[in-house]
Amino acid sequence: MTAGETHRTIEATFRIERARLIAGLARLVRDIDRAEEMAQDALVIALAEWPRTGIPANPGAWLMTAAKRRAIDTIRRDTMRSRKHAEIARELDGAVDDPAEAIEASMDDDLGDELLGLLFTACHPILSAEARAALTLRVIGGLTTDEIARAFLSNEPTIAQRIVRAKKTIGKAGIAFAVPRGAERAARLASVLEVIYLIFNEGYAATAGEDLVRPSLCMEAQRLGRILAGLMPQDAEVFGLLALMEIQASRLHARTGPDGALLTLTEQDRTRWDRLLIRRGLDALARAEALGGADGPYALQAALAACHARAAKAEDTDWARIASLYDRLRDVMPSPVVDLNRAVAHCMAFGPEAGLKLVDALADAAALRNYAPLPAARGDFLFRAGRLAEARTEFEAAAKLTRNAREVAFLVARAEACGA
Amino acid sequence: MRVMVFVKAGEDTENGVPPAAEAFAAMDRFTEELVNAGVLVAGAGLKPSASAKRILVDGAARTVIDGPFAEMREMVAGFSIWEVKDMDEALAWARRCPNIMAVPSAVEIWPFIEAEDLAAPRDGERSRLGVA
Repeated sequence: MTAGETHRTIEATFRIERARLIAGLARLVRDIDRAEEMAQDALVIALAEWPRTGIPANPGAWLMTAAKRRAIDTIRRDTMRSRKHAEIARELDGAVDDPAEAIEASMDDDLGDELLGLLFTACHPILSAEARAALTLRVIGGLTTDEIARAFLSNEPTIAQRIVRAKKTIGKAGIAFAVPRGAERAARLASVLEVIYLIFNEGYAATAGEDLVRPSLCMEAQRLGRILAGLMPQDAEVFGLLALMEIQASRLHARTGPDGALLTLTEQDRTRWDRLLIRRGLDALARAEALGGADGPYALQAALAACHARAAKAEDTDWARIASLYDRLRDVMPSPVVDLNRAVAHCMAFGPEAGLKLVDALADAAALRNYAPLPAARGDFLFRAGRLAEARTEFEAAAKLTRNAREVAFLVARAEACGA
Repeated sequence: MRVMVFVKAGEDTENGVPPAAEAFAAMDRFTEELVNAGVLVAGAGLKPSASAKRILVDGAARTVIDGPFAEMREMVAGFSIWEVKDMDEALAWARRCPNIMAVPSAVEIWPFIEAEDLAAPRDGERSRLGVA
């Protein structure tokens, strides 16, 4: 191997180990910044030694040992120096805990859940959702602040500051870098899942732009979901979220037309859906259900996505099942938007009258005032029921509420199709 | 990016010689590492070529040839699909793959053609994207 190749191999190996390394070190020193520095030190040592010795059989353990040794050396040196400078404090010597000894004592520790502990810490509810997402992408995903800034359509100083503040908040609160137990666990896991899904949606919602970083956010979120599923194989909602992400991601390449405009599910060319991801999604959903989590909010959303994934043609869609899934989703995740989608599903499954009955009950929902999809859906139900004049009024109202030019054109065309 | 990893066949896999217990355990540990790193997307081991079939395609003609096949170098004993950041990372993982055979063998990494690699996917290219 050339020196350049060796260097790249070492860096790639380090990237694989980095999150776990930081996790182990952070648990030890209770400081993410310091853990990142120690990990970086270990990389420097590896770059100096591995070209000579070759890559060790267990690079993760090697890097961890190197980082800890270096930390011990640094602490010992600092202690010596401060002793010289402060002879008066001699009486304190011995009374103070020796941090170098603490690290030495942990030299052979191998706590398998360190990475999970770091993930739970980075996603602690004490932080805002944006801060949690940025910190998670940085320390677990290994993204640079610049990559995170581009992904969130922000700038580097803002993201860098967000991460610095998040680390400080965690330090001040004295969070234990561990997976919480008991009653706290469920709430904290919900916070982790929320962050992963936020990262996914940030990538999925991107409709335009040449920047490939945003779609790659979906991949990063899927990777986090897969890691979590590997580490928490008994948690149904982890698999529910993983299933939801895998199935939604299967449509990434089919979601835009030649002109770059978003296509609805019925318009998409289903032969372009990624079969491998659909299969993985369906497997994860089956696992969530087998673990007794069929009624979890993520599992239900995944089950909805699965109904579409299973239909080779839009006409094959099992709307009755979708309607019943929305009935259940409404119980665990009440929201006017879920109610509206439920009305659409009932219209498709049981006819326009069923849809109208549900959508009319929503007319007063404050959250849906000025929400174009509401009159658009009502217009569609009325159109299907043959009440064309009323449908036209609804489509026109919806067009007025939409800013997206393509949607306006679509709604105007639908209004015109109703006749004068 | 996604890569397809082929574990090439060797005399052992072709003769159906099962790997030693330690080799199995090492492979399980490696697989677990891949899963826990969120890298493994799919994978499977394949039976010896004695149970395989080869379909020769020439114009409209199709000729079926039953295994076993002779050219060991062209055969595959197993595959997996990994999701990695780049080829360097794929290579770093592949170097860790334990050797379960007593004879020399090989592992190959082939990157997928991704949507970005095609200016405008045409119908005929869909199958190359792995999207049926």
